[in-house]
Order: sequence, then structure tokens, then C-alpha cells
Amino acid sequence: MSAITMRELTKVYPNGVRALDALDLEIADGEFFALLGPSGCGKTTLLRTIAGLEVASGGSVRIGDRAVTNLPPGKRDVAMVFQDYALFPHMTVQDNIAYPLRIKKVDRRGRAEKAAQTADELGLSALLQRRPGQLSGGQQQRVALARAMACHPQVFLLDEPLSNLDARLRLEARTFLKRLQRELGVTTVFVTHDQAEALALADRIAVMEGGRIRQVGTPTEVFRRPANTFVAGFIGSTPMNLVDAEVHDGELAVAGARLPVPEDTRVTSGEKLVYGVRPEYLDYSAEPVPGALSGQVVVVENLGSFSLVSLDLPSGDAAGGPGTSLQVVVPEGREPEPGDTGWVVPRPGRSLLYRDGELVSSAAAPPSVPAARTGVGAER
Amino acid sequence: MSSATTTAPAPPRDRAHDGASSAVRHLLARTGRYVFLCAVLGFFALPLLWLATAPFDDTPTITASLPQFTLDNFRALLDNPYALSSLLNSVYLAAGTAALVVTFAALAAYALSRVRVPGRDALLYGLLLLSSIVTGTATMVPLFELAFRLNLIDSRLGVILILTGGLLPAAIFILKDFMDATPTSYEESARVFGASPLQIMRHIVVPVVRPGLATVGVWAVANVWGNFLVPFLLLRGPEKAPAAVIMYTLYTEGGQADLRLLSTFSLLYSLPVALMFVFVSSRYGFRFHGGIKR
Repeated sequence: MSAITMRELTKVYPNGVRALDALDLEIADGEFFALLGPSGCGKTTLLRTIAGLEVASGGSVRIGDRAVTNLPPGKRDVAMVFQDYALFPHMTVQDNIAYPLRIKKVDRRGRAEKAAQTADELGLSALLQRRPGQLSGGQQQRVALARAMACHPQVFLLDEPLSNLDARLRLEARTFLKRLQRELGVTTVFVTHDQAEALALADRIAVMEGGRIRQVGTPTEVFRRPANTFVAGFIGSTPMNLVDAEVHDGELAVAGARLPVPEDTRVTSGEKLVYGVRPEYLDYSAEPVPGALSGQVVVVENLGSFSLVSLDLPSGDAAGGPGTSLQVVVPEGREPEPGDTGWVVPRPGRSLLYRDGELVSSAAAPPSVPAARTGVGAER
Repeated sequence: MSSATTTAPAPPRDRAHDGASSAVRHLLARTGRYVFLCAVLGFFALPLLWLATAPFDDTPTITASLPQFTLDNFRALLDNPYALSSLLNSVYLAAGTAALVVTFAALAAYALSRVRVPGRDALLYGLLLLSSIVTGTATMVPLFELAFRLNLIDSRLGVILILTGGLLPAAIFILKDFMDATPTSYEESARVFGASPLQIMRHIVVPVVRPGLATVGVWAVANVWGNFLVPFLLLRGPEKAPAAVIMYTLYTEGGQADLRLLSTFSLLYSLPVALMFVFVSSRYGFRFHGGIKR
């Protein structure tokens, strides 16, 4: 068992910066877990606190059934791969991979055998006598992974594992990493600021901001139902459209249009909310359609198999204040021209409402109704 | 004013003439530069030339000349009871001091580089400033007094300790730069694998900063090798005196500098340091393998 459990974990740096703020998190055994967030959100501090490189100011960390909060890094049975890989420059690949065993006082022959075996698993056999400086970025990363694997830790910690690779290699390494984690079945926590990386790799994601966790969930949950507007704006290659809305007669008034209230949400008439829908979940139409938002096309960005179209919407209120803009994904061959007027229909079941920045959902709506819960389940 | 009026409008001149004059100017500038360089080189090369020829000369003078080849000077030097043992004494002093300087400077520089100490930079600059005084002439009386009270007069250890004290601040300063340039992720990586602080020092830090350690070691040896004042004052008898002090005794009965012995001894005296430079730079080199993906 090597689940990781954190309770009210707090880290305050000597300069007063509160990097982790009473954080509760559970990472299951064998899970591939992502810590995602913008720079400075505390994700790397959290990883380093799990590793023991930072000492927690408060709270506790457990790995499996051991309390490790006050253990030094070497006693926690974790392995960490650093962002810069930190391969020892004066040692050969073989010595690098065998270094954890050298610390554990394994004899020379045992170390060589284990290094050769681990290197073989990662396709590094031909490189054993090279030095790190003679390897490519992808090879260096695999050596760093091999070094982490050699000591059979309970937990792998990866700090920005893909950020030092160039774009093409990154995709390759991503697939490789996911397969490796699946094969080893070791609990793995990795830090990234790239939401696409987190969505692609992780079994579950914790989205962090300002030392707190804003949402924990599977990639699907985090993508489809962001718990708040921060996560909504952070997840997705194109951020979610967030438009002010007002409830009128059981319908939503959004930028001059009337839209149905999303299922399973409880709203009161007259309240002001934020209407959220992803550009991917909007259908563009050049003809007027009922139940559509309409606006003027201002920008068309070609992204290969689809285009990202930005529309300026008229403001919802009668005073005619500044309008908001909306982004829509349009499949290839159907792109409008800038200046066209377009109509945009949200797909059913894909739009969300936010009240004070938090998702208005069946679960959050007081009191929660069992029927609404099943509704959420069906939607997934 | 007049030059401004002639150059500013850029009157159409004869281009060929213009090119020729600039070529001449270029040639003159170049000639001047090389003459100057030759003079400077000669200034530094002539003493070395003397050092290479005079020991083999029958009757050396203070000018460099083609020698009347002989090895008698070396034989005469061997007859001097202190000449060879003084070189050995120099080796003791230099090796001892270099070992202490490298060890303590490495530990101190590592700590100063990795641990946040308030006022660290001020401390370092202060030490650096004071260190030039410690082994300087000004503090010789108190140093002698200190050595006397500690029973370190006429002891090699005393000389080594005082020289070490003088060299340490600069050595810490140099090594701290090397330590600062070494990413902490190396050490953190080793820590996560369970390495103890001493293991980290031995397996990771020392090998990675080895060029820096070699630099400081060589620099310390060269400093001690050339130091005259401290051993001259603290060591009483010629049997413990290093080469730099013994050289001072190579006079004829008439009180004149014995150029035959002096030149020969100078050659022997300078060879070890020169050889050390060659050895260290070929063995350790000043290179960095690089294992950090930038």
C-alpha cells in the first residue's frame, strides 16, 4: 500500500510566503496524479514537501501506513525526478542509475546487474558507458527515470517531467511515461503547468491556485465540470467562455439572448450568474437559429482541422454597455469571414452556471436531490 | 571648428588617395602595436631566458647570454648542505597548507553557498580585506608574538597554520563561486536517494567542483612556494627553512650574490611549480561535463 495522504498540510517560507495553505489531499495507491496550476501556485512546494526536501510548517503527510511528516527524504522511500534531471555529470549512465543502490550498500556486481536490467527496460543498454553530457534530452530523461526506478520506491515524484523536451519529443515522452507508469503500477505524482499534459497523462488532477486546491477530479470531470471559474479558465487548450447571465422567468438572459437553464441546476429568478460553455461545445451557424447567441465575427484563427472563431456579443442590458466576446470552435471548411454575423448554439448538457465563481451544480445546490445526482452521472 | 567645417560637408575627394592613406595608417598602427607587444614580451621573456641559460653557464652574469655549457653549478649546489632539503621543506609547507586550505575552504564555501547566513556577503568581503593584512608585513610582530605564546616558533606547523589563515578567505571566496554555480538539484537528488551529508559531499559536490578545488590547491601551493617572510621569521634554523629562505643565503664569502648557485637553485626552485601547473591542468582540466538540461 502506498497511498499518499495529506492533512492540513501547510508550508510557510521564512519570508512569510504561504506556499501551502492547510491542504487536504488523498492520492490512491498506484494512481498517476497530476498537480496542475500556474507558476507560483505551490504545486512544486507540495511535491517537494512530499519528498521531504521542504519541511512542512504544519499538518501531516502519510505514505502508505507510515507517517513521514518528519522523516528525512532518504527515509521516505520515494524517488524524485527533477525538472533538470540532475544526472551526476561526472558519473557514467550506469553509475548514475546504480547510485541509489550504492547508497544502500549493494555490492559492485549487484549494482551493475541492476543497472543493466533497468537500462534494458528503458532501452538505454547501448548508452551505459556514456556520460550525461553526451546524451540527448530524451535520453537524459530516461536515465533519470531509470535511476528513480532502480531503487523500487513506493512513490515516484516527477517535477515538470516534460518541460525540458522539445515539442515533438514531448508527445513521444508523454506516451512513454504513461505506458511506463501503467506497467510499473507505482503511485506517481507529477507537477505540471501545462493543462494538456495533465489531462493526457493523469488518472486524477488537482488544480491548485495560491497554495490551495481548487478542484480534484479525473481529467473528464475537471474538463467537463470545472468546479469554479478559475479551473474553467485554466483547463482546456482554449479557455471556457464565461459570460454574465441573469435569470428571468426560468430562462437565462445571456448577451441579449434567452437560453434554457442547464439541467440539474437550481436558480432563483432575478439572480446574476456567470454562464460558462467551452468553445468546443458550441455549434456555429451562419443562419439565424432559435435559442442561439448571435454576434459579429471579429477574428478567425486557423488551428488545422478546426478554426477558433471569436465573436463580439452585444451587451445583455438595455443600456448598451460594452459587449463580451465568445469563442467558438468551427470545423474546417465552414469558417466564416470576419465581419459576418453568426449564431451560436450551446450543445445540450454542456453548459454550466457559476455563482460567485463557484459551480452551481446539483451537488452544491442545497439541498441536494438524489435524482439530480443521477442526472450528473448520466451526463458524464 | 575648422575641422568640423572640412569634414561635415564631406567634399568629393579622390577615393584612391583616400584608400592609400588609410592603408598606410593601418600599416603604421599595426607595426606600432607589434613593436609594443614585442617589447612587453621581451620584458617578460628575458628573465626566463636567463633562468634557462645561466645555470648551465660557467661564469653567469646578470645578463642572458649563450652559455659556456657546464653542469658544475649543479654539482656545487649539491655540496650546499641545505639546498636540496630546503626544496623538500618547501614541499612540506606547500602541501600541508594546500591540504588545509582546500579542505577548510571547501567546507566553508559549501556551507556559505547553501545556507542563508545573514550578512554573508559582508562577512566574506570583510575576511577578504583582512586576509591581505594577516600574512602581510604589518602584522608580523603580533603574529610572531602569537606563535611564540603558542609554542609554534621554529615549527613547520606554525608556518602552515599562519599561511593557511592568510589564504583561506580568498580561497573561500573563489570556491563559493564554484559552489554557487553548481545546481542544488544534484544534492537534492542524492538526498532523496538517502545519501548522508558527507556522502553527498564525497560523491557529488567534490567531484563536481573538482576544477575549483584544483584551482585553489594550485594557487595555495604557488603562494606558499613563493612566501619568504613568514617562514623566514618563524623558522629559526636553516634545516627547516624552505627554498625561498635558503635562496637568501646563497652568497659568496665576500657578500656578493653567488650567481652560479643562485641561478641553478632558481631553476630547481621554479621547476616543481611549473610541473604542477602542467600536471594539474592535464589531469583535472578546467572542464565541466554537464548533466543539467538547460
